[in-house]
Amino acid sequence: MTTQTAAVDRSTDLSQPLDRLGPDERLKYNSDYLRGTIDHGLLDRITGGVTFEDNKLMKFHGIYQQDDRDIRDERRRQKLEPAYTFMVRVRLPGGVCTPEQWLKVDELARAHGGDSIRLTTRQTFQFHWVVKEDLKPTIQGLHDVLLDTIAACGDDARGVMCTADPADSALHAEVARLSREMSAHVIPRARAYHEIWYGKERVATSEEEEPFYGRTYLPRKFKIGFVVPPSNDIDVYTQDLGFIAIKGADGLEGFNVAIGGGMGRSDQDPNTYARLANVVGFIPADRLIATADAVMGVQRDYGNRAERSRARFKYTIDDKGLDFVVGEIERRLGAPLEPARPVLLTTNGDRFGWRSNDDGRLSYTLYIESGRVANRPGWPMMDAIRAVAKVHKGDFRLTPNQNLVLAGIAREDRAAIEAVLAAHGLGETDRASALRLSSIACVAMPTCPLAMAEAERYLPDFLGKVEAILARHGLEDDPITVRLSGCPNGCSRPYVAEIALTGRAPGKYNLWLGGGFHGERLNALAHENIGEGRILEILDEALGRYARERRGGERFGDFIHRTGAASPRVP
Amino acid sequence: MTAREIFPDGALTLEQWSHVEALAGSLTAVQSRWLSGYFAGLDAGLLRSGGGTAPASAPASGGRTLTILYGTETGNSRDLGKALAAEAAARGLSVSAHDLADYKPRSLKDEQDLLFIVSTYGEGDPPQPSVGFFEFLDGPRAPKLGGVRYSVLALGDSTYEKYCEAGKRIDRRLEALGAERLHERVDCDVDYEEPASAWSRAVVDRLAAGLAEPAGPATAIGPAAFPAAAFDKRNPFPATVLENIPIVGRHSSKETRHVELDLAGSGLAYEPGDALGIVPANDAAVVARLLDATGLAETASVSVKGETVALAEALESRFEIAIASPRFLDQWAKLTGAAELEALRGEERSADRLAFLRGHHVVDIVRRFPVPGLDAESLVAGLRPLQPRLYSIASSLAAVPDEAHLTLAPVRYLLHSEDRRGVASSQLADRTVMGDSLPVYVQHNPHFSLPRDDKPIVMIGAGTGVAPYRGFLQEREATGRGGRSWLFFGERNFRSDFLYQTEWQAWLKAGTLDRMDVAFSRDAGAKVYVQHRMLEQAKDLYAWLEEGAHLYVCGDSAALAPDVHETLIRIVAEQGARDREAAEDYVRQLTADHRYQRDVY
Repeated sequence: MTTQTAAVDRSTDLSQPLDRLGPDERLKYNSDYLRGTIDHGLLDRITGGVTFEDNKLMKFHGIYQQDDRDIRDERRRQKLEPAYTFMVRVRLPGGVCTPEQWLKVDELARAHGGDSIRLTTRQTFQFHWVVKEDLKPTIQGLHDVLLDTIAACGDDARGVMCTADPADSALHAEVARLSREMSAHVIPRARAYHEIWYGKERVATSEEEEPFYGRTYLPRKFKIGFVVPPSNDIDVYTQDLGFIAIKGADGLEGFNVAIGGGMGRSDQDPNTYARLANVVGFIPADRLIATADAVMGVQRDYGNRAERSRARFKYTIDDKGLDFVVGEIERRLGAPLEPARPVLLTTNGDRFGWRSNDDGRLSYTLYIESGRVANRPGWPMMDAIRAVAKVHKGDFRLTPNQNLVLAGIAREDRAAIEAVLAAHGLGETDRASALRLSSIACVAMPTCPLAMAEAERYLPDFLGKVEAILARHGLEDDPITVRLSGCPNGCSRPYVAEIALTGRAPGKYNLWLGGGFHGERLNALAHENIGEGRILEILDEALGRYARERRGGERFGDFIHRTGAASPRVP
Repeated sequence: MTAREIFPDGALTLEQWSHVEALAGSLTAVQSRWLSGYFAGLDAGLLRSGGGTAPASAPASGGRTLTILYGTETGNSRDLGKALAAEAAARGLSVSAHDLADYKPRSLKDEQDLLFIVSTYGEGDPPQPSVGFFEFLDGPRAPKLGGVRYSVLALGDSTYEKYCEAGKRIDRRLEALGAERLHERVDCDVDYEEPASAWSRAVVDRLAAGLAEPAGPATAIGPAAFPAAAFDKRNPFPATVLENIPIVGRHSSKETRHVELDLAGSGLAYEPGDALGIVPANDAAVVARLLDATGLAETASVSVKGETVALAEALESRFEIAIASPRFLDQWAKLTGAAELEALRGEERSADRLAFLRGHHVVDIVRRFPVPGLDAESLVAGLRPLQPRLYSIASSLAAVPDEAHLTLAPVRYLLHSEDRRGVASSQLADRTVMGDSLPVYVQHNPHFSLPRDDKPIVMIGAGTGVAPYRGFLQEREATGRGGRSWLFFGERNFRSDFLYQTEWQAWLKAGTLDRMDVAFSRDAGAKVYVQHRMLEQAKDLYAWLEEGAHLYVCGDSAALAPDVHETLIRIVAEQGARDREAAEDYVRQLTADHRYQRDVY
């Protein structure tokens, strides 16, 4: 093992002096464990924003400075700074929350978040439009119901995901509990968070503030998720570290471990790419935390800190070699991984409407377009869910597809829930088209600073046009995963979708086709930088061929993959 | 352009011109501005010492000295005072002229002949820098003035109720102190030029008549030797609008705009703190409304200053036709004989009169009290001449040569369910686009200027009152001169109304601006105004004052200035452990030292 370590290139990792590493590493190192000048910056009334450095540090606190891009140029002419607001992302392991927590989130969103809540693809709440002076009230309000935003962004272990569908209720409950434990274990200690947002006194101590992370945290974000087969709703192959629950005769036995997934890429940098995770073995349930420590420890110690675009764990694996990384994990665990167990994953979508689960309770999955909980004319989703929260006795589960499960409903309570939804005109959201129910869009314009094109705001219109094509070809009832991202970074996990658009410029997208229906295969770039007209033409042709030529039960993504219809045509 | 076009009077000899032109050709912009200040200072110095005429005329003046005292904020009284001094000197009188702001009131006991030219501001207030003189004059230490001869020229605006009150106050008080009135006080409305020059001629004639023998020929300084800038109030420069944009963000409750004007070729020069006068025109729709109410034809002719003009044109560009003055009330009472109007003319009805005029513009009075068979002359006889509007300049020539920037908030409100607008502000906001031209002139404001030395400055402004500070900081950034600076700014909403936000941020970053405190009164939470921020920073603010800081206040005279003034006294009292009276003295001394300057409107 020593020889193995010596053989590996360490010129870009933690072993190097700080001045050989990237600027973000110096920033983290000098931040006094994420304090920076955040507290001072919050009091600066001359700007609604924060400094460049504090903005980076605040991500570790779950806060991300944005501005209203629709009016950026207009404000520049008005000699006004950009309309800065903040996105505040809650840490909600497994996406599970109580009705009380929902009501608080609803209240805070109405008070500080522009009357809207965004359910994310990583099963949590995002507040948008929070102005600087409302950050503390928002975070303190969350604290009232035992929620926080620690490590919701930043170079650390992000929100831990877990399959939302409670079909197998006992197993699901056990895995959801482990996802919460995992989250509590892997996040930074973050004393700065308690000082800045809750006003706790700083305690002088000689102890290492971050015993696992140290001063420079991880090279980049690190995503962990649990999946309970046969659902692959969390897209386990897109996680840095995925755990696939394996059920034995006595319940949960352990997990298959998948490492090195990741969506993010850049159109300009060929050294960046989407990558699916490798399933590297099986661990018994009692080795779970130790495994996470070992895997994150390898990434912490060997990850690329010189070149940020190569800092994700997927590149560490490709740069150092899968064998080396697995060997290093096993060395840290003190034992080899067991061989992976066979599993069957069938879909990465949600099951909508009323379901009966094995504990005799019911669940209801509500379709929420793009995860946007707001009140729109004829569509009072925010009011409806608030009303549900007041009568609901079970819990809420945010799905990785941005939908909402009302779980743990006793049979006798079903009518009350139905009445509330019907009263708001939202009793039949699950009757949307199969395409719509299988869609995801990231937030993009106008708040996301990374967006190059519309996503959430464009989705309804785009789906309507694709629905018309599907109808022409008699495909209305076929679920096809479609995902829109405003940029190549991939918050909507576009690269495993059967149809995906990633933004290049306003109105221009890359079109990707052929992903695996349950997230097992990356799609391929069909066409680059094209507008809606061209996109619809290509889809019309591909879907027409699919309707005519598909084999029995063949998914659209599989068809494209088999026939090569996804490859860009040479004119 | 040749110099002759700039000075059409030909006040200099050809030889002098050739020197000027040769010099002008070699000057940089900064040098020429410096020189203009140099000559202005030379001019003031000459007058203050009696000029070159004093030694020659002293023996001829029969032993009596003439002191001209002017009280001014915007400079009109000062200009008149200087012209009068020059005229008196030319007639052989031993004369000196002083700004009341600089004059030591204890010298009053040594005076012989006194001429006052005093403007009134707001609700009967004296010019702010002269407040100390008025307090002294009204107080117990004012000397007996037996043997002193005097006369007062009072400037005011008859729109306001306490018209020419500052002048009347001096007139009353000098009489009470035993002085002899040399000539009856003359009260001038905004069109003061003619009555003012009549008064000047009269008093100088009277004083010169007392001389034993006529003075010799004026040798040095006569009015003609001070050619006014080519473009002035009476001869404004058509400035091209370079930019005219709203600078408040979406959802603002304000419409504040930023306007940039091209002064190239005008020869107009200004210092930071000066104002730009805009000679406006009334909205044709408002003219039409008034014509409609009167039933008069737009082609009816009226005589304006000896000129025959079509009524529509006269109403558009010659007269104030929105807000009615007491003069109009008088005129309309005479024309209609309406009991209600007559009743409002009584001396004791001033509060009612004021309330009535606030609620009734010219058009409202005409509509409510129609005059059958009204003739055009009778209508305009009650109207005041259209006045230029002054805007604090929001730029510095050092930073933007040949440009003047303005910050303005259009005035709009409803009266009798009808949309009413400020004359110039709505002209700029609604009827002026880039490329249009506007008649402008520079109105110097010596009582609102940067310190010549490196003393710190504290700038307090609300809303468009922040305009001159933009000029101050542009100047300091461009010249690299000046001491520390601190800006207090107040408006309604942070997000939409933080005027020039990115510029202050850049100046803070560059160190041109050292500190900035802001107060937004309509954001969530308690209403916060600039005076609250001053109190929060009381300790530092007092320390700055103790270090000699100059304090500036610009903005609303009713909403901002009194609160800031009171807060200042409170800070001085609390931080300096003074009682109220001592704190007031401290602040009064700041004013006397020109370290507390206000530009309020």
